[in-house]
Amino acid sequence: MAQILSPLPGTFYRSASPDQPPYKADGDAVSAGDVIGLIEVMKSFHEVRAETAGTNIRFLADNEDPIMAGAPIADLD
Amino acid sequence: MLKKLLVANRGEIAVRIIRAAQDMGIATVAVYSAADAESLHVQLADEAVNIGPPAAKKSYLNVEAILKAARDTGCDSVHPGYGFLAENAAFSDAVTGAGLVFVGPSGDAIRMMGDKVSARSAAAAAGVPVVPGSAGRVEGLEAGRQVLTETGFPVMIKAAAGGGGRGIRIANSLEEFEQAFPQAEAEALAAFGDGGLYMEKVIGKARHIEVQVLADGSDAIHCYERECSLQRRRQKVWEEAPSRALSDGLREALCASAVALAKAVKYSGAGTVEYLYDHEADRFYFIEMNTRIQVEHPVTEAITGIDLVAEMLRIAGGEKLRIRQGDVRVKGHSIEVRLNAEDPAKEFAPFPGQVAELRIPGGPGVRFDSMLYQGYQVPPFYDSLLAKLIVHAETREAAMVRLIRALKELKIGGLKTTKPLFLALAADPAVRTGDVHTRWLEGWLIENAAALAD
Repeated sequence: MAQILSPLPGTFYRSASPDQPPYKADGDAVSAGDVIGLIEVMKSFHEVRAETAGTNIRFLADNEDPIMAGAPIADLD
Repeated sequence: MLKKLLVANRGEIAVRIIRAAQDMGIATVAVYSAADAESLHVQLADEAVNIGPPAAKKSYLNVEAILKAARDTGCDSVHPGYGFLAENAAFSDAVTGAGLVFVGPSGDAIRMMGDKVSARSAAAAAGVPVVPGSAGRVEGLEAGRQVLTETGFPVMIKAAAGGGGRGIRIANSLEEFEQAFPQAEAEALAAFGDGGLYMEKVIGKARHIEVQVLADGSDAIHCYERECSLQRRRQKVWEEAPSRALSDGLREALCASAVALAKAVKYSGAGTVEYLYDHEADRFYFIEMNTRIQVEHPVTEAITGIDLVAEMLRIAGGEKLRIRQGDVRVKGHSIEVRLNAEDPAKEFAPFPGQVAELRIPGGPGVRFDSMLYQGYQVPPFYDSLLAKLIVHAETREAAMVRLIRALKELKIGGLKTTKPLFLALAADPAVRTGDVHTRWLEGWLIENAAALAD
């Protein structure tokens, strides 16, 4: 199992905008390089990408959660 | 006279407002999110109330929590600062509806100036020159073609409900226009729930010049102008007062037009009327009116000696304007630079972190408005403004020398800031002579960004 860690401190979002579906749902397969969420830092948005592929992603951070750099965003099998 | 003020904001502007209130003997209540418990405005206010989690939506934008904090602490007034709820008409109405004084204009005045079409109509009705374009909303492509006879090309198509640069398209020919107009309509409807459009001539090399006004609901005065032509992504980074680009005659006409608009809409409080100045044609055009205190207000305070925030509080307390137009005099020149927690060498990437070392510049003609202290942890949840360095001197040249001196004194350790940008700009020949326009800085950055490392 791998963990996806937040590269930045800020606010975590699971979708590109409030009226869009989440990038990934719990249980989804993930390819290396897939966008799995956004971090908003001081009003600018940064994509979070998976570094490795996996068959089952489970989010640990909720949409709009405040998050610190290095904090786990999701587990990935 | 106000007795107890809730400051519905954070950062340097909350500190600024708390200081003005305390100077006047008004008790202060800070509100803060869980991320801001250790912040300077919380430390300086007489009382402080936690209004929610870090996300602004759940704290600084949470009208119910803010009104509850005001009630629980016995406040009689609310100052919104800038950003967050400052230009939210419903907030102004809600504060008034709760029996409190809103330090700013009425909800109706905010609504009128917040809608670009109604603001433009109000300006035109008050005799303020507006950018050639549609008189109001443009209903359909055929009506749009008619407006082209006024504007020519290039023409800007804007969403009436848009803002912050969103919902804007530029067409350089009839062919481009006929393609862009329906797209802009659909886009505005999708983005803002309102497909209303308006059209404006594009002014090529424009300067951004704005006039500070103070008004009490019947009378209004101006406190002269500021020039804010150095912008990045439509965000001001460096502001000056007065503008060296204006002749005395045009300055008087510009300032008089801002007063005429403020009077026409029965404005109350501090406001800013923004203009584009077309240097080649020597003409100015209304863009919008901001119904709040602005980030760059200290340059006006420096050259006029007026405490704008204190005047806002007096007007909100029911006093009439106590400054007469003839008493407002310009002395010297002032420059403000915005120190943001951003790395100018890396495309201005945000850089939250801990202030490991802090040396604040001082001496004659130097003001430093900030929420920083040594050890302060800059949270990542809000905008990146850390501090404003304001210098004042007899002449623009002397102010520029003083700016460089003060920037060299300033040390903010542990963070990347925009300080190197301002040292480079202050040494640039175009900035030295003031030969800039609103799109100048973005071009300059392409050439010079790499040299902006600390």
